[in-house]
Amino acid sequence: MSAITPEDVVDSASIAAASTKRKSLWLLALRNPSVIVGGAILLVMLVIAILAPFLGTVDPTRIDPAARNKKPGTEITYRLDNGQTAKREAIFGTDSLGRDVYSRVIYGTRVSLAVGISVSLAAIAIGTVIGLLSGYIRWLDGIVMRIMDGLMAIPGILLAIALVSIWRAGLITVIFAIVVPDVPRVVRLVRSIVLTVREEPYVEGAVSVGTPTWVLMFRHILPNTIAPLIVQGTFIAAAAILAEAALSFLGIGIPPEIPSWGNIMAEGRTLFRVFPHNIFYPGIFLAFTVLAINIMGDGLRDTLDPKMSKKV
Amino acid sequence: MLDFIARRLIAIVPVLTVVAVLIFMMLRLTPGDPAAVIAGDNATSDQIAAIREKLGLELPIWQQFGIWIGDILRGNFGESYFFKKTVAELIAQRVEPTLALATCTLIFAISVAVPIGVLAAYRQGSLFDRGVMAFSVMGFSVPGFVIGYCLIYIFAIELGWLPVQGYVRIGVNFWQFLERMVLPSLTLSVGFIALIARITRASVLEVLNEDYIRTARAKGLSNRVVLMRHALRNAAVPILTVIGIGIALLIGGAVVTESVFGLPGLGRLTVEAVLSRDFPTIQTVILLFSVVYVMVNLLIDISYTLFDPRIRY
Repeated sequence: MSAITPEDVVDSASIAAASTKRKSLWLLALRNPSVIVGGAILLVMLVIAILAPFLGTVDPTRIDPAARNKKPGTEITYRLDNGQTAKREAIFGTDSLGRDVYSRVIYGTRVSLAVGISVSLAAIAIGTVIGLLSGYIRWLDGIVMRIMDGLMAIPGILLAIALVSIWRAGLITVIFAIVVPDVPRVVRLVRSIVLTVREEPYVEGAVSVGTPTWVLMFRHILPNTIAPLIVQGTFIAAAAILAEAALSFLGIGIPPEIPSWGNIMAEGRTLFRVFPHNIFYPGIFLAFTVLAINIMGDGLRDTLDPKMSKKV
Repeated sequence: MLDFIARRLIAIVPVLTVVAVLIFMMLRLTPGDPAAVIAGDNATSDQIAAIREKLGLELPIWQQFGIWIGDILRGNFGESYFFKKTVAELIAQRVEPTLALATCTLIFAISVAVPIGVLAAYRQGSLFDRGVMAFSVMGFSVPGFVIGYCLIYIFAIELGWLPVQGYVRIGVNFWQFLERMVLPSLTLSVGFIALIARITRASVLEVLNEDYIRTARAKGLSNRVVLMRHALRNAAVPILTVIGIGIALLIGGAVVTESVFGLPGLGRLTVEAVLSRDFPTIQTVILLFSVVYVMVNLLIDISYTLFDPRIRY
């Protein structure tokens, strides 16, 4: 989903000016308290995602009819492969198929982070290429920007819903569906930077000494887009994680075989009155992760994009 | 002014055309034959061929697009594959809950967000200001369905003050209607309040440093008048703009909120249509939402002149 935040409008000129002091800015960004707090929470989530099998989890897809709908803290007897039984406390309870909610939520971290990271990387990669071309090739600009206007006129989550409906549900489909509505925002941002930077004396200088176009783009224009794109990328990642959760919650996102915070909640809907834990635990993880990314994004914007931070 | 409105109306034609082409192309990208979907599992190949003929699927694609667009302009949105009704009828049935939800949310969100944004700017750096900013980051981060379920848990299940889910038409029983609107509107408002409060605070902060604010203070006007008449009015344009952009957020949020609260609105219809791969309905609803989004933003552009007489078109 592309939740529209005030960060969509980024002042490119100020960033272009700031990029000369790039190195010190990055150090400053790493010392920003918001970046540290948000980054630390995010790091914990990343560790959880990587170490999911070692955090006292069981197979998150394991169905256990005898242990259906247990409240958090219930002790459950498991039958191991070698025929012996083992007892284990289901700290987050179990769902209506007897699957362990704790394990599902922990494994769900993988899906959410994967979606967040891949959506923002893909949207930035695609958007940067289109934005560079559009900003640099005049005849292309009109056509590309009209298509982008059209894409932006369709509310993001609806566009994602429509795209998901075309293909079979799956991780790749969901990622693609969330990327498409985010691309126009990146295109606009990159294009606006290209349009400002191309009038700068150093670019004109480079042109006048016969620098080839691709060198011009990579050496002189692209570096100006890095700082604003990192800021934009964090906000895209946060919105993408929310969008995946929303799609999966509506039952049109990630299929239930792959546990994701959204589809754990989707399954918890029917028995919400009696077993709210199926919605609350993944909800808390989801909110914390997105909050961490947003806090980090705010901090990054404050240091990398000082003019914008004064405004918002 | 009329000239401006006319120019803006003409300017939205290409945007909406692109939207229509995109939505139309999406249907064409789908694997499988729409005629086979309509005919059902037990259809013979003759029946499928007849349906293909009837839908014009044998024609070249640009002709199909022309027919589709022509039908839509005449108000013929086709027939739902799944609900076995015309899409126009379906939408007419489902529009009320969504409209009610959007109206309640807009009224509530704006009347909360603008005052707290102004106050936060006035007391910049205070505890209240930090609280508003913290709330706004939270509002962006906590998804609507989690907020919805928390509200249901507290107010409907634990306290029992409000009904858990469902919808009563406004004409049937107004009080029951209102009762069932409270939690969904609150849920949907959170993100919207976060957005508007943040922009209000930012744009009022910027205005508060202007000379005319100092002049207004110097001539002895009360804080309330300075803030509400001088500061807020000059800060109105960015606030209006973000409300307009936020309509996209509202539409997206409505889809989720209607599902949480079991409201039989257009958002719920979209999800049902996607689950049953009912493409005429999906197309029409998305087109409709996009037209609404574009038109609301057009109206907001026009309304700038009301708030800021310096803007002349």
